[in-house]
Amino acid sequence: MPEALHPAALLFIGALVTPLLRGRIRQGWLLLVPALVIYVVFTLAPGEYGVGEVIGITLTPMRVDSLSLVFASVFAIVTLIGAIYALHVDDVVQHVAALLYAGAALGVVFAGDLITLYIFWEIMVFTAVWLIWRRGNVVSMAAGYRYMLVHAAGGMALAAGIVLYYMQTGSVAFDLIEGGGLAFYLILVGFMVNAAVPPLHAWLADAYPEATVTGAIYLSALTTKAAVYTLIRGYPGTEMLVWLGVLMALWGVVYAVLANDIRRLLAYHIISQVGYMVAGVGMGTIIALNGTAAHAFTHILYKALLFMGAGAVIHMTGKAKLTELGGIYRYMPVTLLLYMIGAFSISAFPLFSGFVSKTMVVEAAALDGRAWVWLLLSLASAGTFLHTGLKLPWFTFFGADSGLRPKEAPLNMLIAMGIAAFLCVFIGVYPAWLYTMLPAPVEYDAYTTGHVLWELQLLLFTGVGFFMLLKHLGGEPKISIDTDWAYRMLLPRAAGGLQRIGQRLWHATVGVLLRRLDALVTGLSEHHGPQGVLARTWPTGSMLLWVAVLLAVFMIVRYL
Amino acid sequence: MDLGKVLDGLVARKTLLKRLMWVVLAGLVIADLLIPSKYDRFPWESIGGFGAFYGFISCVLIVVVSKALGYAALYRAEDYYGEAEGGRPSDGKLGAGAREPGEGQERRDA
Repeated sequence: MPEALHPAALLFIGALVTPLLRGRIRQGWLLLVPALVIYVVFTLAPGEYGVGEVIGITLTPMRVDSLSLVFASVFAIVTLIGAIYALHVDDVVQHVAALLYAGAALGVVFAGDLITLYIFWEIMVFTAVWLIWRRGNVVSMAAGYRYMLVHAAGGMALAAGIVLYYMQTGSVAFDLIEGGGLAFYLILVGFMVNAAVPPLHAWLADAYPEATVTGAIYLSALTTKAAVYTLIRGYPGTEMLVWLGVLMALWGVVYAVLANDIRRLLAYHIISQVGYMVAGVGMGTIIALNGTAAHAFTHILYKALLFMGAGAVIHMTGKAKLTELGGIYRYMPVTLLLYMIGAFSISAFPLFSGFVSKTMVVEAAALDGRAWVWLLLSLASAGTFLHTGLKLPWFTFFGADSGLRPKEAPLNMLIAMGIAAFLCVFIGVYPAWLYTMLPAPVEYDAYTTGHVLWELQLLLFTGVGFFMLLKHLGGEPKISIDTDWAYRMLLPRAAGGLQRIGQRLWHATVGVLLRRLDALVTGLSEHHGPQGVLARTWPTGSMLLWVAVLLAVFMIVRYL
Repeated sequence: MDLGKVLDGLVARKTLLKRLMWVVLAGLVIADLLIPSKYDRFPWESIGGFGAFYGFISCVLIVVVSKALGYAALYRAEDYYGEAEGGRPSDGKLGAGAREPGEGQERRDA
């Protein structure tokens, strides 16, 4: 049995040492650890490591194969990018949380059994939440607690599913999950919560915009994509995921129209993009699963880039709303340029990374003859460009001048964005680099005349629509309610209502009891009280009289 | 090279850019009409210019449907949940918030 250093162990050790270091040394350490992780991940040999038995259950803490490697590679890369972006941050809690969180995400994708997976799954929740809380305001505290509660519920479903699955199959090996029974669905729900599949998705758009500027990069990359990995591994070809994926892709687009907070808009487009992946898992064909893995890879990089661009704007201006931003392209042109590379990538413009991955999922739908899936995913594509590529940059960087005069973002932020932007273009121009990493050999060519012409027309004519409808597309100073309304408004209201009903019932019951008691006390006092018959003092005269009467009666009876 | 100035120059020439864009758009549709599609899995794949039509319709549909949903059901005031969205200590909720908003993440910056 070969042995290897688990990249998660490296990150955990790195996290433990971090608080002991200060200043430049700590900054160096924060770059060194993810760089080492990249090296370790890219040199890992496929195989199963550390297999052992614990109380009769076979555990596989580390399974390395092409599917886990493609996710681990991009997790490692984005961890380094995130570390560079956060280099100026002095809050050690965030750095430790980020390293632990990235380690846990790697633990999930390398987990060969469900118990190992579950442990890392839960560590992800408890580390990620600090990246939200450390924003340090009332809203982020509340959003962080909600994040924990939703994931605690999802984790419960997962744990219950794993126990049932073990009871049914006698194994906890994490491979294709079959059966279709309760265990199948409980584990699926656990995965779907983290993949942000509606209606279990609202935690994402609730929490990510409230995270710290730098923490949001890790958040946008890790949790949902680790969940996509588990879906590819456990649930390929599950038909309902096709339609849930399409629903996700559209749901994100609709809410992105309504969003005013720039990171909330981007968060809804995570949901939309993960929709393509979930649909790909549902289709389950080789090209669909390859496309899903490829899209997760490119998505992590361009979404991190977009969040970094939006984060840089928030960092430099202190504003996060479209209604408060505008006209800052002159002051942050590099940020704008790098952001736009991310925007072209997510929109799947030819020569950018999204084009070589998203079209693979859409192509999978075409090869399956799924006309509706194809049409609706194409529609969501138009929506993606509309918001991420047009609306957000237009109203943030151009549009009406907000009077803000920010400086360009700090160098470390720009470098991090530059690396992500380079990779977005590199993959778009040279997709073979990505394709050779995918789980199955790729027989797909994104750059056919048909694909390029279709995509360019779709996107550029979306642009025509955008400029025609421009005055209806600005942000509005409102929020839009999503399914989290159920636990943020309905449940508290219902609880309040129940409490009021309970209060009334209690008062009524107590009222009746009090009246009964009152009657009892009054009755007692009538007989035994100071005025009661039984409590009166009798005059001694009448006593003598009665004694005399009794004696008289006695004597008469005696002598008769 | 000052990127800001380059962008300023582009913004100043926006009429020209707009015209160029129309030429590109027309060129795309013409190319799509002339070059026969290799794909015929769906009937619309062989219709030249369908991508342009579909992109435009998608955009309008998304905006109209989403905004309608927003106004009919989904939009709420910003403090609907009793916590102003993106609220910061300077909103007075954490007491004296002298700190600049948006810098919450670097509160321990050296």
